[in-house]
Amino acid sequence: MVIESNNCQEIDCLKPLQTREGLNQLRDEWKAKLEQPKDIRVVIGMATCGISAGANQVYDAFREEFDKRGMTTIKLEKVGCVGMCVYEPIVEIYETGKDRVSYIHVDPPKVKTIIEEHILGGRPCPGLTLAGLNNDDKSAPECAGFDDLPFYRKQKRIVLHNCGFINPEDIRQYIGVDGYQALADVLTTMTPQDVIDTISASGLRGRGGAGFPTGLKWKFAAANEADQKYIICNADEGDPGAYMDRSVLEGDPHAILEAMIIGGYAIGATKGWIYVRAEYPTAVKRLHIAIDQAEQLGMLGENIFGSGFNFDIQIRLGAGAFVCGEETALIASIEGKRGMPRNKPPFPANKGLWGKPTIINNVETLANIPGIIRNGAEWFRSIGTEKSPGTKVFALGGKITNTGLVEIPMGTTLREVIEDIGGGCPNGKTFKAVQTGGPSGGCLTINALDVPIDFDKLVELGSMMGSGGMIVMDEDNCMVDIARFFLDFTCDESCGQCTPCREGTKRMLEILDKIVNGAAHKKDLDDLKELADNIRLTSLCALGQTAPNPVLSTMEHFMDEYLAHVVDKRCPAHVCKNLTGYYITDRCIGCTKCVRVCPADAITGAVKEHHHIDQAVCIHCGACFDVCPFDAIERR
Amino acid sequence: MSQPCQCMTISDDDPRYMELRAFIQKEENKQGVAMTALQEAQRLFGYLPLEVHKFISSETGVPIAELYGVTTFYSQFTTSPMGRHQIQVCMGTACYVKGAQKVLDKVIETVGVGVGMTTDDRLFTINAARCLGCCGLAPVMMIDDHVYANIDNVNCIPAIIAKYREDGSRSSK
Repeated sequence: MVIESNNCQEIDCLKPLQTREGLNQLRDEWKAKLEQPKDIRVVIGMATCGISAGANQVYDAFREEFDKRGMTTIKLEKVGCVGMCVYEPIVEIYETGKDRVSYIHVDPPKVKTIIEEHILGGRPCPGLTLAGLNNDDKSAPECAGFDDLPFYRKQKRIVLHNCGFINPEDIRQYIGVDGYQALADVLTTMTPQDVIDTISASGLRGRGGAGFPTGLKWKFAAANEADQKYIICNADEGDPGAYMDRSVLEGDPHAILEAMIIGGYAIGATKGWIYVRAEYPTAVKRLHIAIDQAEQLGMLGENIFGSGFNFDIQIRLGAGAFVCGEETALIASIEGKRGMPRNKPPFPANKGLWGKPTIINNVETLANIPGIIRNGAEWFRSIGTEKSPGTKVFALGGKITNTGLVEIPMGTTLREVIEDIGGGCPNGKTFKAVQTGGPSGGCLTINALDVPIDFDKLVELGSMMGSGGMIVMDEDNCMVDIARFFLDFTCDESCGQCTPCREGTKRMLEILDKIVNGAAHKKDLDDLKELADNIRLTSLCALGQTAPNPVLSTMEHFMDEYLAHVVDKRCPAHVCKNLTGYYITDRCIGCTKCVRVCPADAITGAVKEHHHIDQAVCIHCGACFDVCPFDAIERR
Repeated sequence: MSQPCQCMTISDDDPRYMELRAFIQKEENKQGVAMTALQEAQRLFGYLPLEVHKFISSETGVPIAELYGVTTFYSQFTTSPMGRHQIQVCMGTACYVKGAQKVLDKVIETVGVGVGMTTDDRLFTINAARCLGCCGLAPVMMIDDHVYANIDNVNCIPAIIAKYREDGSRSSK
């Protein structure tokens, strides 16, 4: 992954803040700079998705133009993900007294236009904004910032509030948006019990998947007497297709540090660990910078705010093992061992890292903590549903128009997320299902669209919240193939310790392979179901226990597709290669385009003559279908 | 997986061992050093052959068997050398539903080796990545540090690979 050149501002004026007054003074100074900037503030979304789309070149282009033109007062800043990944690279312009303007798909040539027209000329360029490009919504102003768009209007951004606004590599900007105020409150006015009571009263539930009450977890660890306790931030975001944790770490790393220090104080831990995927180099780099700056300011270290409380944080990198998202496996991995889970109890809150009481909280859970302390438990409870207060961030992906990160109050319906925020399936295709909970979850169909989303409702529907991946599928996706895809994943990621998961998932995969290759019989479906039930009941950890979910859930909702594969030997979505034949219809005018792309030389026919596919030679790759300009190739 | 050839063997006096030793000594007081030492070693050497395991074992006191257990458990560790260019095709869910399998098939067809394998000339290694985290740009492929986004037409892949091949043959001349 590209790590941007190390041109973060060297902040040499960071002196330890020993008092609340010092913190407030810095906050007031930076609040003014952020909210009422003297000159124009240009921010570029530089999380992984932005960088991948070319944000570095855009940043360099702005820098070069500003330098060339001597525009030294303009603040050019790298910020985290603003959420609309599909429109990256995104540049936003803030000017005191004016609406913010959000430019999408920016490239170096557009940079020049933006500088000349908008920054120098004072005329924003509607053609380069999202509203300008796609202004169906007449209520939005012509040059709308993202706030005015339906994509954001239904969202409630608590966790992602600072992402895309502050520079994550500058602690002073975090302080400018009330950062570390919660920590100061906790250390100067609250007892550890007060903190636990507030978190318990807020009803916050773990955002990593299972939804266990965070306050209760903290209470268990606090109740244990020990010479050392630990708090771990689980940033091993392994669900393929979910990246909200990465986005928070890249866009607002100090929120996680602040929450960990608060959690440490509450349970009596003086040491924290962040276990983060090595595949997230930008997040790792920004965490290192954040820890450095927090230490310089005295937010980490000894005697924080003169309270006598000490806390330090270390980073440990994962090495690519999905199972390490499981608490006990993660602990083994930090201890330097193979990341294999163990039986619970004892729970980590009693016996965790190196045998000491340990709390493990997910990134998104922690990101909620400072806000709860600052605004109170009642505020948090006023958002979301009774049993699942607050918001949830989803990574909306797959066959959806507005791919990106969305944060919605719990209780929002799936329809609102997919149709209003996500903009529905692109290219006029029909929605088929949405998969939540990744490899542990299930799929929800059109019948579930009006159910309000929360932890318990999703479980009732045979899926789960999981970490928040939400992959939309349309008519062109084969549900059997998707089930096979997830099982292939869990089978590969099984740690091999217990037999049901190690052997059982392999046998299930073999059956699914038979089905997608057209070699299965009806009895195989019964075997598949029986295996799935047994694996669910007898596996050691959550990975195995939930591995059959994608299969069970697709079998429940899309049995017709399974039967089409098994009985009729055809794949209704034309995805499974061996069950899809390609035939040339009368529409063929003999342009020879397909002949040229066929890797198997299976197509014959002279120019301007009807072509023919030799079914014995065809490898079903679909290259001809994709390339035919006359829709003359039919799939059967 | 093929065995590392002679030209890749690491000599005993390789200066990278000194760096690794310095890293381990710095970490000495911290618990759980085995994994961080292996990560550092892989960063330095590019892969983890037996001799590197032996070295880490003698420096840390962790048995070779235990180290090897850790190496083989995690997918990021590799015991054989990698190609000069790493091709990673994202097979995360968002990419998969948007046709990542076709991208992977085309890459395999073009390069001529399968997933997890390295070409005989050590120019390319192909990997299927779990998720590169750029789901908004799906389907995505990454060669070294460069991300190729929205690969809707897989026929552009041979030209992309050819570019790296040309650069490779030029620099080896």
